[in-house]
Amino acid sequence: MKGAAKRFVVDWLEGLGRLAILARESLASLFLVRVAWRDFLYQLYFIGIKSQAVVIITGAFTGMVLAANTYFQFHKVKMDTATLAVVSVSMCDELGPVLTALMVAGRVGAAMAAELGTMKVTEQIDALRTLATHPVDYLVVPRLLASLVSLPLLTIESMAMGITSGYLVGVFLLGIDPAYLYHNMVTYTKGVDILIGLNKAFVFGGIIAIIGCYKGMTCGEGAEGVGRATTEAVVYASITILITNFFLTLTHNELLRLFVL
Amino acid sequence: MIEVRDLRKSFGRHPILDGVSFRVESGESVVIIGRSGGGKSVLLKHLIGLLQPDSGSVVIDGTNLCGLNERQLLPVRRKFGMLFQGAALFDSLTVAENIGFPLARERRHTPAEIRRKVAEALEMVELAGTEDKKPSELSGGMRKRVGLARAIIYQPEIVLYDEPTTGLDPVVSDSIDKLILRVRDRLKVTTVVVTHDMRSARTVGNRILMLHDRRIYVAGTPEEIFNSTDPVVHRFVNGISVPKEHYF
Repeated sequence: MKGAAKRFVVDWLEGLGRLAILARESLASLFLVRVAWRDFLYQLYFIGIKSQAVVIITGAFTGMVLAANTYFQFHKVKMDTATLAVVSVSMCDELGPVLTALMVAGRVGAAMAAELGTMKVTEQIDALRTLATHPVDYLVVPRLLASLVSLPLLTIESMAMGITSGYLVGVFLLGIDPAYLYHNMVTYTKGVDILIGLNKAFVFGGIIAIIGCYKGMTCGEGAEGVGRATTEAVVYASITILITNFFLTLTHNELLRLFVL
Repeated sequence: MIEVRDLRKSFGRHPILDGVSFRVESGESVVIIGRSGGGKSVLLKHLIGLLQPDSGSVVIDGTNLCGLNERQLLPVRRKFGMLFQGAALFDSLTVAENIGFPLARERRHTPAEIRRKVAEALEMVELAGTEDKKPSELSGGMRKRVGLARAIIYQPEIVLYDEPTTGLDPVVSDSIDKLILRVRDRLKVTTVVVTHDMRSARTVGNRILMLHDRRIYVAGTPEEIFNSTDPVVHRFVNGISVPKEHYF
């Protein structure tokens, strides 16, 4: 039992170390090696364009349910017109980046792990290496770069959808005065809220790509190995996003306190 | 020249190679034979730095591959071409894109040059006109030919073959053997073939090394190996099992 616990800790630390090495290799390659733009554009299409439907639906319904729930509580204390301000700040600071990242982790992180995992078990990654191509340059960097670019853009889309749908629910379904609703939203939502959300999205983009690629490139043998890598990529990326989000929120607030307020 | 010195490799607690040493001269054609699961492919992957040994060294033209990181290995690997057991073609790319991949990555060639070289390589492996096919549309033998065309397109000095005839019928196996000889003779490359196909070993090897019990058990010309009276070698080359051995 003690031996198993020790092995678990050692394996976990080794995995963390390998993940850190992959992240370092990828960042070094990003700046030192010429990016394969064709592969980058394809990944941008796959991660950015093809994820839009899921991000739009998530953003829209999150904004709608948040508007309805906020209204039900705020109506009791006659603060109906503050509803959209709550939706807006929540969507920009937390829900937009986190929910977008979780949805993209499920769709793209899994696809990255499955694709690279299949390449590993069919020796295609070894074949790349024998053709004097560093797998990080060819496989990881285009995905990482596309993910870093796509996530903030998808998050903006999610924020916009959430706020718009919240507005529509507030005005047409709940009967809140549109002028006050809009005015309060603009008053309480600062530019810095959007910046915080975008910064988070950028970090989450890196997390999704690095964990997805790492799980694919280190997957076990056969169909079982690929299946496990795919599941682990989604689970680990999602957990890492949620944990990182907490610390990013604390860090952002501390930075705001020091430099802005 | 390839020189392997006292190579040792274990996976977990299982030793695979235990003090393997041999030397392959430039232009030589060496076949490594041995039982399935005996570590032949592991040994081959050490020659090109795909695996790092626990101890020992692999020296290619004076450069020791052991201890080099992935990026330091890239220039050394330009000397090599490798044909994998399952061909390992990139399934998202066409035949032409697969073969032209190393040239396209170098970015020193125009698309027209790459197309010409791809056509030449396909001509050499007798698959002209298949440029636009996807790997999934090819048979096992065709996949190996495309894999070989990809391995030789940048004219390497050393070509490694991992079980080139496994899973192929005898006629296609023979055509692959002849292709290996043609590549060797036309491009003047050093050839290392890992196989347990004895007919193939006899056809393509100038010298045969037998990997047994985690080390090189015997080395010699094909005639010496096939006429050997050593019981282990005799049983292996003639495919004779020992009743007490459990295979299943």
